[in-house]
This record gives sequence, structure tokens and C-alpha cells, in this order.
Amino acid sequence: MVDSKVKGIVLTPEQQRSRRARNIAIALVVGLLVVLVYVLTIAKLGSHVADRKL
Amino acid sequence: MSLVRERAPESDGLFEASTATPGDYLELLKPRVMSLVVFTALCGLVVAPVHPNPVLAFASLLAIAVGAGASGALNMAYDADIDRLMARTRGRPIPSGRVAASEALAFGCILSLFSVMLIGLSANWLSAALLGFTILFYAVVYTVWLKRSTPQNIVIGGAAGALPPVIGYAAATGTVTLDSLLLFAIIFLWTPPHFWALALLRSDDYARAGVPMMPNVKGPARTRLEILVYSAVLVPLATLPWFTGLGGPLYGIVALLTGAVFMLLAVRCYKRREGQAADKAAKQLFAFSILYLFLLFAVLLAERGLPFAAPFG
Repeated sequence: MVDSKVKGIVLTPEQQRSRRARNIAIALVVGLLVVLVYVLTIAKLGSHVADRKL
Repeated sequence: MSLVRERAPESDGLFEASTATPGDYLELLKPRVMSLVVFTALCGLVVAPVHPNPVLAFASLLAIAVGAGASGALNMAYDADIDRLMARTRGRPIPSGRVAASEALAFGCILSLFSVMLIGLSANWLSAALLGFTILFYAVVYTVWLKRSTPQNIVIGGAAGALPPVIGYAAATGTVTLDSLLLFAIIFLWTPPHFWALALLRSDDYARAGVPMMPNVKGPARTRLEILVYSAVLVPLATLPWFTGLGGPLYGIVALLTGAVFMLLAVRCYKRREGQAADKAAKQLFAFSILYLFLLFAVLLAERGLPFAAPFG
């Protein structure tokens, strides 16, 4: 039977701080990646983006 | 970047949540090495006769930087045991227990794949193949095999550090030419005098870690001789871009003047073998070698930089 008082892993304040910092860093990197892929796509397509049959 | 990681070696063997910061992961990428790689790759990109779209050129440079960082992370993941023994490296994220070796390995592998894909999609697949080869060469051939087995480790392994301008050139043109191979040769021949001058000063550190650097295996006298020989080949070779037209007259003058100083310092390092004078000579050569390579590539950049800044086709 599982003890209802078991809380699992409890992070220390330092661990929480570093986890938060890592999460923010990952969010920033993923955001920049999205921008990079968008800008790269536009740069790759260039003026050819309008060069199609309508 | 898993939440739960193995504890540091000095702990009780249980598991605990990581306290690694983003800065620790950045440190795994060896930012100082990365900056030199970006600089030489930029030079390869700029001196190329074809000028790519600036956005695509930026993405290629970013990919090369990330690839270099990935190599650094893979190197640190494998070398954690010897990094722990050397004063210069024991503060790194893995030996100090801030990041687990398995995390660094995963981090390096993911970044390697990302960097190769990025340059492949933004430039061409030749540059992607060259970048992939460079990462593999540094992480496997140099780190796993050569570093711990032969005093020629940094000579052969230096090929990885010399490839970035070739990758930059290939990203712009889709080819490898004599010009880009010349830039490769300059860095390749520059590496032994540069690292062995440092190894002369840090031979105790390397000996403690069991890394067979030239001064520990063949002795300081043989190291000094080899530094002199490599310098004597490097200095004339570094003037060749002037003759092939890759560099202009300013490059020729800088290559001759700085080459003369490099040779002078290499001769001084060869002659001064005892005491503080010997250490000072090795230190001067090491410091100047960095400036030498920087100046050669900076002049190439400056001479070819203006056309690069012009509107792209």
C-alpha cells in the first residue's frame, strides 16, 4: 500500500532555482529556433516565393 | 538535461536533482575555442569567391559554432576522468560534479545532429559532411583514440581545428579548393608549436593525467626541436596566400613581419632550455602564436571584407 505521506523528490531551493533557469534557457533556445527556421525559410525561398502559377 | 542525475563522485551514490545552470551547459561548449572556430570559419566564408545570402551565411556560421561546441561537450564527457586530475581542467562542469557525463554526452550528440542538419539545409551537404567529419574526428579519433595513445595526438588531431575555414568556404561555394586547403594547412601547421609551447609549461599537469604530450614522452629538448621545425615550415607557408592571390599586399607584409617574429620566438624557445628564461620563452611563443594566427586571418578578412559587405545576389 502506498503511503499517502510520501512526497517523492522534494527539491531544495537551489535545485528549484537551477531548474527554473534551465527551463527559461530551453524556452529561449526553442523560441530562437522557431525564428531561425522561419527566417531561413524566407531566405531560401527568396523571390521564388511569388514565382508560381496562380 | 534530465531532472534526476547521478550524484557527484564524492556523494553517497543515491540520486539527486541537478543543480546545473544554463551557464554550466554553455561551459561544456568551450566558448573560447568556439570563438576561434567561428572566426576562422568566417574567414573561409568571406574569402570565398561566391557570396551567399547573409541570412544563410549567418546560419552556416551558427551551425559551425554549435558543431564546435558539440565537439567540446563530447570531449568533456569522455575526458572527465583525466580532467579531474589536471589543475587547468578540474573546475569544468563534469569533474566538479555540476553536470553528469551522460548528460554532456547526450547534449553533445543532439547538438552535433542539429548543427549538421542546420548547415546542410542552410548551405549545402558538402559543408554538412565536412562538419560531421570534423565533429567525429575530434570526438572519436582525437579524444577517444589519439589523445591518450601518442605524442602525435595534437598533430593529427589538429586537423579538426584546421577544418572550420574549409567548411566556411564550402558553405559559400559548395566546393573545396586549393585556397581553402591553404587555410587548413596554415592552422594545421600552427597547432603543434602552439600546443607544445603550452605543454612545455604544463608538462607536470599532463604527466599527472597520463596524457602522452610530447614533452613527457620525448622530452623538452626534442619538443623544442620539433617546435622549431614546424615553425620553419609554417612561416613560409603562411605567406603563400599572398602568391596565390587569396591575400593582398597587406597580407603579404603582415605574414612576413609576424612570421619573422614567430621564427625569432621559436629559435629563442629552442635555445633557452633551463630555468625561468626557458619558461618565459615558451610562454612568449605560446602567447604570440595566438596573435599570429589571429592577425593572419584578420588581415584576410579585412582585405576581402568590403566586397562581402556589398549587396548579395
